[in-house]
Amino acid sequence: MAPLLEIENLTVTFPTPSGPVNVVDGVSFTLNRERLGIVGESGSGKSMTGRSILKLIRAPGTVKADRFVFDGLDLNKYSERQMRTLRGARISMVMQDPKFSLNPVMNVGTQIAEALKTHQKLNRKSLRERVFSMLESVRIDDPERVARLFPHEISGGMGQRVMIAMMLIPEPDLLIADEPTSALDVSVQSQVLDIIDNLVTAKGMGLILISHDLNLVSSYCDRILVMNSGRMLEECAAGQLQNAEHPYTRGLLAAMPRLDENRDLLPVLDRASWSAP
Amino acid sequence: MAALHNWLIDDAPASRFQARMGRSYGVMSRLIRNPLAVIGAIIISLLIITAIFAPWIATQSPLTQDLSGRLQPPSSDHWMGTDELGRDIWSRVVFGSRITLLIVTLVAVIAAPVGLLLGAVSGYFGGWADRILMGITDIFLSMPKLILALAFVAALGPGIENAVIAIAITTWPAYARIARAETLTFRNAEFVSAVQLQGASSARVIVGHILPLCSSSMIIRVTLDMAGIILTAAGLGFLGLGAQPPLPEWGAMISRGRTFILDQWWVATMPGFAIILVSLGFCFLGDGLRDVLDPKSEGK
Amino acid sequence: MTAISLTNLSVYYGETPTTHDVTFDIGKGESFALVGESGSGKSTILKAIAGLAPKWQGKISLLGTPRNHAIDPRVARQCQMVFQDPYGSLHPRKTIDATLSEPLAIHGIGDQNERVCAQMAAVGLDPRFRFRFPHQLSGGQRQRVAIARALMLEPQILLLDEPTSALDVSVQAEVLNLLKRLRHQHNLTYLLVTHNLAVVSFMCERLAVMKRGRIVEIATVEQLKQNTLEHDYSGELLRASASHLISAENPS
Repeated sequence: MAPLLEIENLTVTFPTPSGPVNVVDGVSFTLNRERLGIVGESGSGKSMTGRSILKLIRAPGTVKADRFVFDGLDLNKYSERQMRTLRGARISMVMQDPKFSLNPVMNVGTQIAEALKTHQKLNRKSLRERVFSMLESVRIDDPERVARLFPHEISGGMGQRVMIAMMLIPEPDLLIADEPTSALDVSVQSQVLDIIDNLVTAKGMGLILISHDLNLVSSYCDRILVMNSGRMLEECAAGQLQNAEHPYTRGLLAAMPRLDENRDLLPVLDRASWSAP
Repeated sequence: MAALHNWLIDDAPASRFQARMGRSYGVMSRLIRNPLAVIGAIIISLLIITAIFAPWIATQSPLTQDLSGRLQPPSSDHWMGTDELGRDIWSRVVFGSRITLLIVTLVAVIAAPVGLLLGAVSGYFGGWADRILMGITDIFLSMPKLILALAFVAALGPGIENAVIAIAITTWPAYARIARAETLTFRNAEFVSAVQLQGASSARVIVGHILPLCSSSMIIRVTLDMAGIILTAAGLGFLGLGAQPPLPEWGAMISRGRTFILDQWWVATMPGFAIILVSLGFCFLGDGLRDVLDPKSEGK
Repeated sequence: MTAISLTNLSVYYGETPTTHDVTFDIGKGESFALVGESGSGKSTILKAIAGLAPKWQGKISLLGTPRNHAIDPRVARQCQMVFQDPYGSLHPRKTIDATLSEPLAIHGIGDQNERVCAQMAAVGLDPRFRFRFPHQLSGGQRQRVAIARALMLEPQILLLDEPTSALDVSVQAEVLNLLKRLRHQHNLTYLLVTHNLAVVSFMCERLAVMKRGRIVEIATVEQLKQNTLEHDYSGELLRASASHLISAENPS
């Protein structure tokens, strides 16, 4: 079976006064119907990688790839208009903060229905049913009440679950989640990630989870890509993160304080030891 | 020259003075790269130069009448023709720049700081102070500018000084509104909390920390408003409530010229052209400043 | 002697209290953490102590003297705060130099040049940054500036509101190390608000767990490390933090 997504030598370039800068520089990976984590610190290009899959890089930025195939479709040849038929319908994206992604003057149910209506023709009744069953599947107990609420009336965790419902209702093949839980409390975080995890597994979708949090990614993904300053430093199986080879990954792991901390000082990344000249 | 350039763009200045100079240099060099702003700046500098050197630039005295040569079309003797009393229009336009510049500067100096301060105080303290100050502001804002100015001039009596006061009274509320809106966005910012925690007084917070943040949008707004101020002044002049004859005020000149607009077009058109040119100059400069002073463009 | 002493503190936003009868003492030189989820009232308590939330009932004492509700300059020299967001807590139009010398100017302290340079060196900022603007610095550097600013008046108490939650992991380690070193150098008292229990384990000696405006448990950090927190909610919080925490091997 051909992989769901194949990307070879992906490069995102932005012009600056001092010449073009590659914010993503030669990233290659393939994705099956599995969970892939992309980790890196701010400025590592991880979000840009996620956005470039949907070709959501704004001008003057440009996306280039030697090979850019999604489910047999050559995205290199896709126009902006053709991309729009893919976005939402076959590839969805969940962003960091539900506060900025939800329309404040439209109630939750209408927004979810809207997401479905743009991709499928359905009558009112089945639309309603689909929305309610979707809300139930993101573990919202009383979907009829919640569907009538406005974004400011729901909590952050609930908002993010609504976002997920909205993104998953057209039943896409690939979900890109960019820091889906970093605006949420710890206890809600695992709840939201569990929901994503269950839905992705149940529907046999591919997931790209983008995060700065090594631990979080390693416990929710099968494979992990470690990125830094636009480059892919390392790819490893999630379970093997402790045995990561690259000094950057090892440095990151060591720099994190632990619950049973007994070190007097945290080891600090020595960037000179690994960054290429 | 190269050494000076390097001293200015040094990204690790050694003293406060060097840092300040480097910053102004950065603003200047960004301004120069903006063609519209350069055009605006040239027009405004021309206005200033004309105003300063009016006696040398004008070919005649603006007040000398020559009834035998009245309503002459533009010629090599009278570049813009003559008016109904035979006065040289070019000379009158040149001297008129002094009046225009005076009005514009006085209004800006009076209205902008008043509006800025009232708006910042109102936004920073909130509550009753805010309600009272903004209530007054709204009353002024709700009345049409020119009508309000007219009413004031009618009450105070015609004349340039009163026209300036009237225009200033009608312009400050807009600045107060802007300053208040900006202050509200900063009032609860953490950097304001931080100086409060250091024991800074309210006056210090407003003057030292909040006003500098409002000032760039205020400079832009004032520059853009200059065109409107010139037009209001001209309008008052046109209605005979601004500068009094025989002072060569542009609006008053148009007003006198309108009687002859069909046969002697130049009498009203020439000062009108001056008004348009200067208004455009201020608009261009304001737009350019907006691009340059916008904090986002400051990054790099 | 206690550095911070709260007795039955209830802080109000509007008519309803957001915290209820909070009581604890922090000894001088101690590092104490307030943990809890968002909305638990932990930051509110910090603000009340600092003077940014003036509506409260109960008693707040700093270094043995009760404080009143307004911000006052005497408290400013005893107790300073470091904010969460290094992007929002620095004035965008002021150079680092201006930001750091402002507290000195307010309190009429001389030797501004020397003090600013010395403080920058103490927090590990290159002197080249002195006349730069915040947007020319990285997040970690900004947070160093914010820490330097808090220390300009040589306070004995630092209130830390999630000081590293907006930073990258590698930068967080640097800032945490810096805070730890400064505390030992100047014998500072820390009150740290955070949701990250691992940071508590690294930085603090005791912690208070908060839920919906109330303290449910005050424990030592040893209890946290050995997972012997008593209250159910504390255990829940600990499990949530640990659920996606793998035990990374310490690379030698």
